[in-house]
Amino acid sequence: MAQTGRPTQLFRNKSAKIAAIPMVLTALVVFVGATLWTVFHSFTKSKLLPSTKFVGLDQYERLWSQNRWLISIENLAIYGICSMIFSLIIGFLLAAMLDQKIRFENTFRSIFLYPFALSFIVTGLVWQWILNPEFGIQKIVRNLGFENFVFDPLYNPDIVIYGILIAGLWQGTGLIMCLMLAGLRGIDEDIWKAARVDGIPMWKTYIFIVIPMMRAVFITTLVIIASGIVKVYDLVVAQTSGGPGIASEVPAKYVYDYMFKNQNLGQGFAASTMMLLSVLVIVVPWAYLEFKGERSRG
Amino acid sequence: MKLKTLAAALMITAGIPLAAQATDLEVTHWWTSGGEAAAVAEFAKAFNAGGDKWVDGAIAGSGGVARPIIISRIIGGDPMGATQLNHGRQAEELVEAGLMLDLTEIAEAEGWRDIVNPVRLLDGCTVDGKIYCVPVNIHSPQWLWLSHAAYEKAGVAVPSNWDEFVAAAPKLREAGIVPLAMGQQSWQTQLAFDTMMVAVGGTDLFMSILADADAEAAASAKATEVFEAYAAARELSDGSNVQDWNQATNMVITGKAGGQIMGDWAQGEFQVANQVAGVDYTCLPGLGVNEVIATGGDAFYFPKNDDPEITAAQKRMASQMISKEVQVAFNLKKGSLPIRGDVDLSAANDCMKKGLKILASGNILPDGVNVQSADTQGQIQDLMVEFWNDTDITAADAQERYVAIIEDAD
Repeated sequence: MAQTGRPTQLFRNKSAKIAAIPMVLTALVVFVGATLWTVFHSFTKSKLLPSTKFVGLDQYERLWSQNRWLISIENLAIYGICSMIFSLIIGFLLAAMLDQKIRFENTFRSIFLYPFALSFIVTGLVWQWILNPEFGIQKIVRNLGFENFVFDPLYNPDIVIYGILIAGLWQGTGLIMCLMLAGLRGIDEDIWKAARVDGIPMWKTYIFIVIPMMRAVFITTLVIIASGIVKVYDLVVAQTSGGPGIASEVPAKYVYDYMFKNQNLGQGFAASTMMLLSVLVIVVPWAYLEFKGERSRG
Repeated sequence: MKLKTLAAALMITAGIPLAAQATDLEVTHWWTSGGEAAAVAEFAKAFNAGGDKWVDGAIAGSGGVARPIIISRIIGGDPMGATQLNHGRQAEELVEAGLMLDLTEIAEAEGWRDIVNPVRLLDGCTVDGKIYCVPVNIHSPQWLWLSHAAYEKAGVAVPSNWDEFVAAAPKLREAGIVPLAMGQQSWQTQLAFDTMMVAVGGTDLFMSILADADAEAAASAKATEVFEAYAAARELSDGSNVQDWNQATNMVITGKAGGQIMGDWAQGEFQVANQVAGVDYTCLPGLGVNEVIATGGDAFYFPKNDDPEITAAQKRMASQMISKEVQVAFNLKKGSLPIRGDVDLSAANDCMKKGLKILASGNILPDGVNVQSADTQGQIQDLMVEFWNDTDITAADAQERYVAIIEDAD
């Protein structure tokens, strides 16, 4: 915004500024305002309805002493790191394969992208059935003659989060593939020709020439994946509702449960503030580096 | 064609005000299993018969899923005509915030205080001397449901109490039957725990922990026994991979499981499956050890509305729900006990009669839902469901954490 000393500056481009007011207000009230309101109330004893009885850091102390919260954080970390790595690798490999000028590329692309058209709830339910030991993969393999085959990730507390990860990857990699494919198509044909003339093997061309050129695409993709990770909630609810026990709880579910089910807004706000904080810890340095870099380059 | 349809639609809308005091009331509840749906249809039938229209707003899932939706609608200024809630502390703050319709007027006119039995149910609806809800049934969670078919297959007699049940479990295992069916939702594991607390630990222990939040009682040796029994029950349920309570009940109905600890609402499921109490299944209140039942239950609240017509319809519905005929019709289908003692329940089955007898003898306790806050309950549920699914947690660990929760209870 124009913040110079001369008042005439402020009134320049009047109509544009007036037009921007609703958006500015929305941003201030809805995003900043609601965030501040939430953080403020996380220091209170709010139960079903918000109150302003201050209790200091009590809600946070309680939060970090809860086993369920610690498990939620751990699950989010596992899910986050794995889905970041795997969806990038799988998405890129699929895109690189599709880029080999194969036949029926459109068909394959649609098939891979199709899961993305499903909501997380549907995805979760589908995979709940597929991973169910009595109807799904385990049953099929056992029917093939492997009587002792065991594959029931959703019923084993130690690996349940990977069962959720599989569903998440199935749903999300198609989109990543498409983004990567777009990036690959943006690489100039001449670069490939030059590499071929120099006799550089294809895999080396990908790793040392093409991927570095696709930096912008990778960053966009990472942001899309990361935002999907933090908000993972519906997938867990549909697949396991946090079970077995509390083995597949995630922070977003903790927030929801405390705010609405347990009627303890203060505790839910404290948890959501922690979520915000963790996002900021990652996003702020990244944004700083990213945008600073852009400016110095341009 | 289009014009005709339009004209017809106009005529219909114009016709509505002519019908005598027909008001649409949306009613939200979480009664969606077979037996429950049949019971709620009785309410709808009675209400529609009065010329009004019952708009069913069933929310699938359990109370844990439905309550947040209901509460956020009320708080968000989009109140329904009426809603099911468990009376007691769940709605306490909503009432205090003035969001619920005061029913004191009709309650006094119809003398609810004299007809509701036990009268404590009405106390659950009362805030500052005013009545805000209609109790509709008495539900007690302390029941053990046993499948005759399962015990026949295993070649043992149907147990008559918890100890016999535990003793018969190995035989069931041999026959490939899961001794104890258990749905994996957290409220079910908590229900089983509370039930075992009354049965194994006794009424006094239950009361001092749940009503008085006495942490010392929770740490006592008697409570340790409860936790050990609970840990033993955990082993008995190994192999029961269902989620919803009615799926677990279905395991008992089909003889895949020996028994289930569940509230008397399970009875509706047996009824829908055409099973007969005492022939196909047996019920043991208080696990057959300590024959008490808690008188929790469901109640209907009527969120405040500016429209006087809706308010009038809400009052009509309230007085209908508590009327004799509706009480009998509803509760027979639901498998719960009526909230008034002056109705004829000769059509009741074996299990309901057991419940009625206990109720008449006054061997009753308050339900956990009514005395603990949602926050405390939520923490206990988290603990219990974690314990149930993670065999690394010993009974002693669980007790220690339970004591901590009770200490912090508000």
